[in-house]
Amino acid sequence: MLDQTRRTTLPLAPGVGYKPQHYAEIMADAGPIGWLEIHAENYMGAGGRPVAQLRHLSERFPISVHGVGLSIGGEGRLDPDHLSRLRRLSDWLDPASFSEHLAWSTHESAFLNDLLPLPYTSDTLQRVVDHIDELQEAIARPMLLENPSSYLAFAESTWEEPDFLDEIARRTGCGLLLDVNNVFISATNLGFSPQGYIDAFPLRRVGELHLAGHDTEADDHGRPLLIDSHGREVDEPVWALFDYTLARSGPRPALIEWDNDVPDWPVLAAEAARAGAALSRSVATGDEVPA
Amino acid sequence: MSAPTSRQTQFRAAILDPDRPAPPGLTDGRGAPAGRRFSVYRNNVVVSLTEALEKAFPTVRKLIGAENFATVAGLYLRAHPPTSPILSRYGAGFPDFLGAFEPLGHLGYLPDTARLDRALVDSYHAADSAPLDPGRLGALAPDDLLRLHLGFAPAVRLLRSPWPIHGIWRFNNEENAPQPPHTAQDVLITRPAYDPVPRLLPPGGAALIAALSAGKSLGDALDAATGEAADFDLSPLLTRLLQDNALSGAQVKAPA
Repeated sequence: MLDQTRRTTLPLAPGVGYKPQHYAEIMADAGPIGWLEIHAENYMGAGGRPVAQLRHLSERFPISVHGVGLSIGGEGRLDPDHLSRLRRLSDWLDPASFSEHLAWSTHESAFLNDLLPLPYTSDTLQRVVDHIDELQEAIARPMLLENPSSYLAFAESTWEEPDFLDEIARRTGCGLLLDVNNVFISATNLGFSPQGYIDAFPLRRVGELHLAGHDTEADDHGRPLLIDSHGREVDEPVWALFDYTLARSGPRPALIEWDNDVPDWPVLAAEAARAGAALSRSVATGDEVPA
Repeated sequence: MSAPTSRQTQFRAAILDPDRPAPPGLTDGRGAPAGRRFSVYRNNVVVSLTEALEKAFPTVRKLIGAENFATVAGLYLRAHPPTSPILSRYGAGFPDFLGAFEPLGHLGYLPDTARLDRALVDSYHAADSAPLDPGRLGALAPDDLLRLHLGFAPAVRLLRSPWPIHGIWRFNNEENAPQPPHTAQDVLITRPAYDPVPRLLPPGGAALIAALSAGKSLGDALDAATGEAADFDLSPLLTRLLQDNALSGAQVKAPA
């Protein structure tokens, strides 16, 4: 049986998505940063600098492993080789948290390197549940499942996303990773209220929050179409939604993701400091503790 | 409710083929058709996989330019999408693809240059190994030296080319590098610490290393080297291998 009591041991502090160009500065003075997140698939080589850096970082910081390639929402079976690699990484690193996405990326042996959407039906729900069960068995720990950023919806969907995630978590014992930027993107793109989404979200299951920047394009009708680019500062409405969330969830480990056009360390550290200030301001509203 | 073709089969096909329409039954969340929204996914896939290839083949990109590279990368990734989520391994077939790509056929050196780029990435991610103590070789009697079997570090890669791939690599990656010569070149990639380095091998050097890698003794490997270059000098190459942490094991074996 999985230990259901602690899905993450991340500190209630801001973290950043780790980029190798910041290694020396982070090791010299991490500033407001209490932990780091890595993309699992970047540390699956046999050795060399990436693995050595991760080993050194893990001696100093709690590490969150964030998988971006397992294709948990895939129609086919999970790649057994990739499951083994995730288990090996998880075994030697013993991360403070492990998370993956409500998305798919591999189909008929092609890995498309994007977090692709799935319809929310009882069939897809069962498939995701089965895959999370399999992953949690493989890595011998519970995971956090992240809400996606959506650009479109499926006519056949019968579940609302917060309910869908809640039901998956209930059946598998996994926790949830709430990406506040993704909520804002999806709400803008699909025309729902981001605050309403947060209100409907099972916040007691949330073990980690994500923040990131997005780009703005337009759809066929000239309405804003937000793109989850992770290539700039967190937008002001997303900071406001972050505060809205914290006011209801209480403080949670919160991460700044900046994966493209990666800035110099002081810029990223300033974003993390702003998240840290919001965490400090937030007051737990009830008896909820981090999942 | 289920469509005749699975959702993910529809998505996969439409993402990889820009001439296909977007899958049916997608909306903008307000009841209207999704329209161009599907192209966000097409764009994400093509841009991110092109970036992965740019990262793996920087010299090729310099040689043909960013625009040409994006064109040929787009053709490659649609025909050969990755089969593993570990993107640093993507593009193993790209050198052969370049070799068969007629519009670039006049650049005969391109496939081997791509192989060098690819091998540098492989070396970067290869397993670490403890360096061989040079004292172990210095202590050997001459006869034992000839019966020595040497193992190479996991990060070492050998490339033999009829093209001046070392010169081409230098010219495109180093400041003030000379024009590439008009000669065939063999390259040994070593990884002294964490950064792989392409070393130009002297004539006979590749034969020596290939023979050692195949499990031949140093004596037999020397014969192979002098067979290709009568004046082959072992000493500087052996020193280089030791300095570059290219050797991981040494064992004196009795002749079979």
